[in-house]
Amino acid sequence: MVRLITHNLLACHAKGCTSNNFPLQLKDVQIALREADFNPDFVRGFMPKIEWNALVNAARQLGDSSLPAEQPEMIDDDLLKALHHVLLEIHIEEGQMTCPNCNHVYPISNGIPNMLLAEHEIA
Amino acid sequence: MSRPELIAPPEIYYGDTESKKYTNNTRIQQVQADMTYRALELLNLPPAQPAFLLDIGCGSGLSGEILDDEGHIWAGVDIAPSMLEVALEREVEGDLFLQDIGQGFGFRPGSFDGAISISVLQWLLNAETSHPTSSPPHRLTRFFTTLFSALRNPSRAVLQFYPSSDDQIQLITSLAQKAGFGGGLVVDYPNSNKAKKVFLVLMVGSGGQVPQGLQGGAEGVENEEKVKFEKRRERAKARASMKKKSIKGKDWVLKKKELYRQRGKEDVPRDSKYTARKRKIRF
Repeated sequence: MVRLITHNLLACHAKGCTSNNFPLQLKDVQIALREADFNPDFVRGFMPKIEWNALVNAARQLGDSSLPAEQPEMIDDDLLKALHHVLLEIHIEEGQMTCPNCNHVYPISNGIPNMLLAEHEIA
Repeated sequence: MSRPELIAPPEIYYGDTESKKYTNNTRIQQVQADMTYRALELLNLPPAQPAFLLDIGCGSGLSGEILDDEGHIWAGVDIAPSMLEVALEREVEGDLFLQDIGQGFGFRPGSFDGAISISVLQWLLNAETSHPTSSPPHRLTRFFTTLFSALRNPSRAVLQFYPSSDDQIQLITSLAQKAGFGGGLVVDYPNSNKAKKVFLVLMVGSGGQVPQGLQGGAEGVENEEKVKFEKRRERAKARASMKKKSIKGKDWVLKKKELYRQRGKEDVPRDSKYTARKRKIRF
């Protein structure tokens, strides 16, 4: 049940991996779409936190191209709806996330990513 | 009180059977719900605004359901796979992560509008291996520093836990302060053994004052304000202190000197403003 909202916030936390560790690269993913209640206030409040490029790339990789490549200045209802869909309705069920810096693989199974580190990777 | 954290590490203790038991026990559900509502109250989120929250040690999503009901969107982390499985079965709304909070979080700075954690921190206080990264202070430091950076400014984290000694409270609060948090401890129902609940209210940025703990007894819990024979002891104490007070005050000295003069004793010092005055400390 990783949604893109959390994928957009998630960086690698292994020892010494402090730069270029975001966004985690998605691989071999299976997705599921589940409807969620549309809450425009939440989406609007969340917008400043979004790393736009990472979100658009991840969404395109998952086959959703409803978002423009550049973050638009104007916020209208269509944009909020598209954002809501991308952030909260696309669930990643299976697959893996790889850190672009240290290549640590976080496997996702049953919708739950395994973020555990081995002993030598703990900072 | 039973202390499951002394029996086994959380991912082992909360195996399949224990997870089911925990989730289906109505008493635990009730306690958990009460504490979650109280934690939300202490979080002091802006009213009528959906927030993005982190549930640390979300388990089977008992508190997550309440966050859903309150209209918040949340992500949860837990180290026990069986608990997360139960959460999946219960179809909770939040994003779940299998994560050891003692290893720290990888969330980008300012990700969350707040964090709650119910009955979790005490699990961080036991070392499982002799590796340096397994020591409680190291794990707590890692947890607090990464949590601090994952929270928005200003925001709060409310962590309810069951400390078994004052040393543990001391350790936890000092490490949280070192990680940059403000805030402190809120103790609800401090006079009741059963209803007493300890909340660590951590603040990022200008969070304001630490709120007051709830006083008095909770419903259904007997509230014993005083111990038996307390009154008698108080009276004895008052009597003792009264006696002590009357010894060698200014009046006593003046009376003695007057008595000596009447008896015709020589070299009785004159009375002055310095009579019976206490010496300065430095002397």
